[in-house]
Amino acid sequence: MSAMTRPPESRRDWLLSDAPQTRRQARLGAIYQGWLTFRANRLAMVGLIVLVVLIGMAILAPWISPQNPYAQNLANRLQPPSAAHWLGTDALGRDILSRLIHGSRITLFIVGTVALIAPVIGLLIGTVAGFAGGWVDQVLMRVTDIFLAFPKLILALAFVAALGPSIGNAVLALALTAWPPYARLARAETLTIRNADFIAAARLQGAGRLRLLIRHIWPLCLSSLIVRVALDMAGIILSAAGLGFLGLGAQPPLPEWGAMISDGRGYILDFWWVAAMPGIAIFLVSMAFNLLGDGLRDVLDPKGDKS
Amino acid sequence: MLNVDDLSVWFGQAPDRVTAVHDATFDVAPGESFGLVGESGSGKSTILRAIAGLIPGWSGRIAVDGQAQAGDRRDRAFFRTVQMVFQDPYASLHPRHSVDAVLAETLRLQGMDRIDQRIVTLLDDVGLGRGFRFRYPHQLSGGQRQRVAIARALAAEPRLLLLDEPTSALDVSVQAEILNLLADLREEHGLTYLMVSHDLSVIAHMCDRLAVMQQGRIVEILPAARLRQGQGSTPYTTQLIAASAGYKAEVARPLRWPPKTGH
Repeated sequence: MSAMTRPPESRRDWLLSDAPQTRRQARLGAIYQGWLTFRANRLAMVGLIVLVVLIGMAILAPWISPQNPYAQNLANRLQPPSAAHWLGTDALGRDILSRLIHGSRITLFIVGTVALIAPVIGLLIGTVAGFAGGWVDQVLMRVTDIFLAFPKLILALAFVAALGPSIGNAVLALALTAWPPYARLARAETLTIRNADFIAAARLQGAGRLRLLIRHIWPLCLSSLIVRVALDMAGIILSAAGLGFLGLGAQPPLPEWGAMISDGRGYILDFWWVAAMPGIAIFLVSMAFNLLGDGLRDVLDPKGDKS
Repeated sequence: MLNVDDLSVWFGQAPDRVTAVHDATFDVAPGESFGLVGESGSGKSTILRAIAGLIPGWSGRIAVDGQAQAGDRRDRAFFRTVQMVFQDPYASLHPRHSVDAVLAETLRLQGMDRIDQRIVTLLDDVGLGRGFRFRYPHQLSGGQRQRVAIARALAAEPRLLLLDEPTSALDVSVQAEILNLLADLREEHGLTYLMVSHDLSVIAHMCDRLAVMQQGRIVEILPAARLRQGQGSTPYTTQLIAASAGYKAEVARPLRWPPKTGH
């Protein structure tokens, strides 16, 4: 604005101003508001911290892992947790901690890719079906129903069996089986939004269907989708671990967490740590995503008016 | 400015089709302010929506500026001539678009230039000022939201404004402000109003002529002066006027619909 001398205001006041001066200030202010809401939820913060640690672990894996995750040492096999091997060693004498740290990369890869593919497919199909209505809606929703009719893991198994077992194919299979609930959700949201007055108002300004879909409907569907994705992440990690456990996901010697549990299955009674350690890791990350999802719901819920 | 002939509007498909408006005919002259009054469900808002192209199922003739309209398709020229202000300002603003985003998008869609300047002018016009430019709807009161909705309707510099009960969702104290704003804007911009309301005093204050509607039909068209004097020529209008003057049991009884039997 002008070169007025205003009393100095703190950054916090600037962000929380209810009369922002610029587009940027308004946007940053809205983000900051959301952050404050999120921060007030202790458990969600715990989830966020666990995930930040996980991401840091994945990035720094080669530097922070105490040993080579692939180095076998048969003389040292099935050692219990000790000072040398904090989480013990597995059946081939590999350090479990190092394998977990490297495995976090695989977990993040799975989660990230599925989280990118499935909701996008779901959003596209759901909003188009809800907005277009008529036979387009019928066709798209019946296809969705077909996918929903199969248990997720069975369908993913079929996909992987057809495509060949590998971590990439497992991710693809999970993404292809995970989208139908998102499509349903997006369609339901679209149906409630499409007859809203603000859509009518935009139509009266000459907004085309594509613009209405992308600029007006997507932003409102997105928040509930994001929350849903965060809550589903745990399920996706478990499915990926399940595929790994069945030998259809990551192939040995990749340190995928599910595959590691599968490796430890034979010794689970005598050498519990081989299966328990990756199990605990999966549990922690799944729970972190659930907590995060809960916090995001508070922040993003479009009905929860902040004023 | 606006000619409506034998307009019938319906919802749904043939077997369970509901006709909301029957054979409505009225004309609005340029610069005039025309009111539609009636009880809820009498089809007054439906007429507005059909004119605006938000309802596909209608028959008869709707002509704006002599241009006959068809179905729910409207061209750019129509959107630049006719705009609408909706009843509920809480539902008519996108919850995730700031005031700036709403107005900028509208101006861009309407092919306007100098968008930044126009936004400031529009906000001044509706009495909001630039401090409100980057706020989101949830940071605004009902009256402020309705002002934003009016600014959005004015962005294209239309000549005919369709007002769908623009004050009925607002507090009584704010209603007068918005009505005065609308009256001032009409004078400044030479606008034509087609205003729907169930509130006779609002119509009497704002309009030159009005049509009284009952169960989807126009019962009577009369000048607002007659309304202010409390003279209707049909029994329904007389009842409506009497009813709005205050609650009286003997007035309310014959108004009830469907008529209660027994007792």
